[in-house]
Amino acid sequence: MSDKKFEPRIVGFLCNWCTYAAADTAGVSRMEQPPNVDIIRVMCSGRIEPAFVLKAFAEGADGVIVSGCHPPGDCHYNNGNFKTFRRMPLLERLLEQYGIEKGRFHWGWISGAEAPKWAQLVRDFTEQVRALGPLEWKRQLASKED
Amino acid sequence: MVTITIDGQKVQGEKGETILQVARRAGFEIPTLCYHPLLSPYGACRLCVVEVVANGRLGLQTSCTYPIEEGLEVLSRSPSVVEARRVVLGLLLSRTPQVQLIQNLAREYGITEPPFPTETPEERCILCGHCVRTCNEMVKAYVLNFSERGIERRVGPPFLEKTRQCIGCGACTIVCPTGAIEMLLNREGVYFDKEYAVYEEKPLGPTAAIYVPSPQATPRVPVIDTDTCIRFRQQDRSNGQIEDACGACQMMCEAGAVDFTQKDEVLDLNVGTIIVATGFQLWDAHKLPQYSYGKSPNIITGLEFERLSNAGGITGGQILLADGRRPEKVAIIHCVGSRDTNAHEYCSRICCMYALKHAHQVRDKTGAEVYEFYMDMRAFGKAYEEFYERIQEEGVTMVRGRGAEVQVLENGKLRVKGEDANLGKLVSVDVDMVVLSTAIQAPHDAGKVASLFGLGRTQDGWFAEAHHKLRPVETNTDGVFLAGVAQGPKDVPDTVAHAGAAASMALALLSKGEVTISPTTALVDEKLCSGCKTCLSLCPYTAISFIEERQVAFVNEALCKGCGTCVAACPAKAIIARHFTDEQIIAQIEGLFRVPELVLA
Repeated sequence: MSDKKFEPRIVGFLCNWCTYAAADTAGVSRMEQPPNVDIIRVMCSGRIEPAFVLKAFAEGADGVIVSGCHPPGDCHYNNGNFKTFRRMPLLERLLEQYGIEKGRFHWGWISGAEAPKWAQLVRDFTEQVRALGPLEWKRQLASKED
Repeated sequence: MVTITIDGQKVQGEKGETILQVARRAGFEIPTLCYHPLLSPYGACRLCVVEVVANGRLGLQTSCTYPIEEGLEVLSRSPSVVEARRVVLGLLLSRTPQVQLIQNLAREYGITEPPFPTETPEERCILCGHCVRTCNEMVKAYVLNFSERGIERRVGPPFLEKTRQCIGCGACTIVCPTGAIEMLLNREGVYFDKEYAVYEEKPLGPTAAIYVPSPQATPRVPVIDTDTCIRFRQQDRSNGQIEDACGACQMMCEAGAVDFTQKDEVLDLNVGTIIVATGFQLWDAHKLPQYSYGKSPNIITGLEFERLSNAGGITGGQILLADGRRPEKVAIIHCVGSRDTNAHEYCSRICCMYALKHAHQVRDKTGAEVYEFYMDMRAFGKAYEEFYERIQEEGVTMVRGRGAEVQVLENGKLRVKGEDANLGKLVSVDVDMVVLSTAIQAPHDAGKVASLFGLGRTQDGWFAEAHHKLRPVETNTDGVFLAGVAQGPKDVPDTVAHAGAAASMALALLSKGEVTISPTTALVDEKLCSGCKTCLSLCPYTAISFIEERQVAFVNEALCKGCGTCVAACPAKAIIARHFTDEQIIAQIEGLFRVPELVLA
């Protein structure tokens, strides 16, 4: 067993126009963030299917972030974020039923002008997931079947 | 046509006209006090009396009420007429000895001192009934009327009590010839009170509901503000029952150009590009109560000062206090509502330069002392710094420190307090006028406009440009451009440059004749589509239609913007999002975890 500190692996599904732009600005502005979040860009948070989130956990993510433009008016495609707003609470309940703790999934809204908010989220969420420890969902599910 | 004789001269008039109307048109001078061309004649003041020959006998009649008849003989300045007018004016002067109008009229007839004593020399009401008739005949609010008789006679609302029937239009204050009626600033109701000194409001805005917007207005025609116009207000207030209140403008217009039935037209236009140039509005200075805005008529915003100083304004460009005096000391406070965590954090950009201009105008027009309270001087443009130097040389006192507070003192003066950071001391100065350079902000309906055009807004509330350095006039929506302050505070030269850029880009787009569309559009696989129509209702651009013959959905690629919402929703996975397919995204997820982990620091 290595006594390295546990480094959570977090996948972020970010919408191109808002949160992705904020993350880009945060990076360019050299705001301090731990490197634990890997970003997958989609054009709109409305593109994000719950299956993607589940797949991320299944592949080994310890935490997942979904973030898009602020409702009601910021969505670059008018109301894609409304659909996300409806899907995410259902997804949250589903995840809990599959044994993924509440603190591992974060969904929210960060606009392109809110780069500091993104950096803060990365810092806070990384620590939050770190405290929960590794998920190792595939292994968990496999062991439950036995 | 009816012919009458006035002072031996034959004049003509229409049947139904009064002697006064005919006489005045022919150039005869007859004084009046209770007559008004738009109100019904009253015959109360008796000043307009003339001698009329009727049935061979001479008699004094009020010319404002006497209708003309064929062959009437009138003497407009006979000895009895003059004597009658003298007596009337003597009585009036005795009732209201301080009213200038009465003094002037009395003097014309040889009376310089009131012949009778009075216990109430501050009385201003001459009981002419202008206000009563205006309120009843024109405004149709029926608030004012006469009550009591003889020396107790007075004008006012019933029992002289404040009444909600009063719509606060102020018509009575405007029409009163002696200024006997005061309108309280809070517009609770017209309060007719003889104890108040005459307060002639010098409003810093248009003085009537119908006005020409500015001397440079194009076309130079008046407009009616339906929110303050008595006619429209009465219609609103009475649910349409009072339909013909006032209408004075229509009555007076010789060209018959006033049309109250005009309505806003809603035009349906098909356009290729849109330029949003919706500008700004002023931040409300009441929100920072330490500046006491609204507590004294001599605390004004920069925009109000501009109007005051404008040659086309109500003072003809003179810088005057509310009571008409010239100020001796003026304070100008920068950054009111800007650079302030309690209001707007941004800098409004235009105020430093106009505040310097105001300082110059005050010095130039009045010679008053000027104290300019500023934090930083933003003189960033061509020749701006040189202008700043020049203003300093004109003797304007620059206090480097945010004006902290304005107190309204008992004597009406204004005490401005602040810190002079250069001196390291707290300073305080008593001035006559304070000009607040208030912040500019996005208009209150910017949110609605943004939704309408698919615009984003930056944190400061202005519309979002596509890139804040490199694409200042474009937005994230193709074909919609921004011009001017709508995108952010800027002064005239910058606005001209910005708007020019927007116009060029709009024209370039139009002249190209084709539009580049997003490549990430959605595509329906008809083999998989089950015709559930879930996707149809989700599309914000109504880009998806249903093909009835084949019972499948179809995406119009010209309209599709590529958001992918329909893709995520399709239960049959029949729609793909080009360049963001499920396979591609899942490949990214797998790619994150199925390669050897890099050591994280």
